[in-house]
Amino acid sequence: MLKSMLTKETVVVEDTCDTWQNAVLKAGELLKNTGAIEESYITAMAESVEKNGPYMVIAPGIALLHARPEDGVNEACMSLQVLKNGVSFGHKERDPVTLAFAFGAVDAKLHLQALQQLMELFNDEERLTKLKNCENVEEALVLLNE
Amino acid sequence: MKIYTVCGMGFGTSLMVKMTIDDILKEIGEKANVEAIDMGSAKGLSADLFVTSNDMKGSFPSVDAPVIYLNNMVDKAEIKEKVTCFFEA
Repeated sequence: MLKSMLTKETVVVEDTCDTWQNAVLKAGELLKNTGAIEESYITAMAESVEKNGPYMVIAPGIALLHARPEDGVNEACMSLQVLKNGVSFGHKERDPVTLAFAFGAVDAKLHLQALQQLMELFNDEERLTKLKNCENVEEALVLLNE
Repeated sequence: MKIYTVCGMGFGTSLMVKMTIDDILKEIGEKANVEAIDMGSAKGLSADLFVTSNDMKGSFPSVDAPVIYLNNMVDKAEIKEKVTCFFEA
């Protein structure tokens, strides 16, 4: 499931990103370029962080960005930015974010499978550390597909 | 036994916590109906337990059941420790 969504088109490895707003824009751009979401979904993801605060930083160094299916999702999708030096989302304890995932969900069953695989990754400390420190997209994809 | 997992929108982290709790319940031999919801829906719901993020502490509605606040919504070890503690109490 992750394998089909996290590809060389939707995963980037960068040194940093100047603001969380730009991290959200970039996440959205990666998904929009594949046709999986509409522009409106990017706006909705940004609004959601504005409105709810940085709670989307769900674990130390990890953000999970998303909005609602009705905000403009055409197909189940996911993107990942590996930001080696991190970006601040304004979270007291879990900043800086080095892994910014974004997803769009349509179908409950596929969505659950994707989240399940993400949970496995988040609880695999070794793989997670390697991913946070990976050098390029190829390395990231190998780790994501393990 | 009814457990609600709560996050901002009800289908991101709360779903991950729900799946984790489902697994844990199997491991410890307990049964409960676990449902993921958004915070706006939590108000007025009756349940045996609510599980949400530390980030929601200031804004979580008052409910008539214990609330577990998690430091890390995706850390199975923390969720297991706190949920097991609830069932042993």
